[in-house]
Amino acid sequence: MKKISILIATICLSAGILTSCKNDTSKKTGEVTEHKQNEKGHGEHGDHKGPPPHGEKGDHKGPPRGGSPEQTRTLEEIGGYKIGDVAEDFSLKNVDGSMVSLASYKDAKGYIVTFTCNGCPFSVLYEDRLIALNNTYAPKGYPVIAINGNNHENEKESYEAMQKRSEEKGFTFPYLVDEGQKVYPKFGAVRTPHIFLLDSDLKVQYIGTIDDNAKSPENVKVKYVEDAIAALEKGEKPNPNFTKAIGCPIK
Amino acid sequence: MISLINKNAIYLAILLCLCFSCKEKNSATNKTTTPSVTTIGDIPIYDFNDLEPLLYTNTNKTYIINFWAMWCAPCVKELPYIQEYADKNPDVEVLLVSMDFIKDIDTKLKPFLKERNITSKVILLDDPDANSWIDKVNPDWSGAIPFTIIFNNKTRKFYERSFENLKDLEKQITTNF
Repeated sequence: MKKISILIATICLSAGILTSCKNDTSKKTGEVTEHKQNEKGHGEHGDHKGPPPHGEKGDHKGPPRGGSPEQTRTLEEIGGYKIGDVAEDFSLKNVDGSMVSLASYKDAKGYIVTFTCNGCPFSVLYEDRLIALNNTYAPKGYPVIAINGNNHENEKESYEAMQKRSEEKGFTFPYLVDEGQKVYPKFGAVRTPHIFLLDSDLKVQYIGTIDDNAKSPENVKVKYVEDAIAALEKGEKPNPNFTKAIGCPIK
Repeated sequence: MISLINKNAIYLAILLCLCFSCKEKNSATNKTTTPSVTTIGDIPIYDFNDLEPLLYTNTNKTYIINFWAMWCAPCVKELPYIQEYADKNPDVEVLLVSMDFIKDIDTKLKPFLKERNITSKVILLDDPDANSWIDKVNPDWSGAIPFTIIFNNKTRKFYERSFENLKDLEKQITTNF
């Protein structure tokens, strides 16, 4: 009798292993302090069914799929520059008190216009990478120009707080106040950090994120901005020229 | 005594079988399987592939899925409205998808939820290459949060904005669902 039960257990176990997911090495549940991405797509999904197949993904102008979606403020409605538009120059106050405009850069081959802020963790995560970008590309003709589009009445985003942050981190690029919040809506910046790469004619060539991993620079696989600059240097169009990222809303 | 051991062995075997057979989706065994997702302090950590099936339903039940983070001020402001709505409407399923950092779960996220009496289900989405999945949620989403999807099997509504108050949220649901 005992043998039978062991036999049943063995059969079930091996059957179980055979039907289990590939690569599923971690079976631990409950409290685990170490983070691992395990096998996907199962668990307590209840009555949920799988998503519809993805057709034309990556096209941000494409119509939304499924159901009858309604969005209160679509990307289209938010407006701002699209790829190929010519950006309007601005003149904004830098943390050192000087006024900076794109025209101030006589020999620029392009501009890495970056909407960022003091308080957003995603902006903070990218500060070192922004400094590195400027240090590498400003001498090559592509300076970083950072703009804080947030409401500066907010203590964390005030001019004084910006000056402090710039000094603490040793920003090697201008950090400009968007006084009256007039410039960021023109660009259509919606989150921080949000990059607009312009060419020497101020034509928008790339819109999006710096790279594909905000949280850990060491795990970055694609450096979108650097790739876009490399494309411009070769006289080509950046591909992709539009990426999305999670970021803090500009407010 | 022996038969008791036998029974236990069989139960154990059956349980193991259920645990290992993870490819069976939407079956009655779902309730007994354990999610393979890592959890830290009751907060499961999902990547987008884990999350995606939760964004759809084949029933007429209403779901509210809210993408938020503690570091996002407008998200934090609207969270109580969503919780209030959930409290008043137990038939509506609410899922709060936190974009916070894994390291903050125990030290910040859990105390934050407790302090604000947020009892709706919270999961943490940790999938760094957001450009690869934002369009799959909704091509019109810029990536800024808060972002909310309200849906059932017939209707889907996307909100790239925060709800101004409980009434605002109620109105969206009563007029659309």
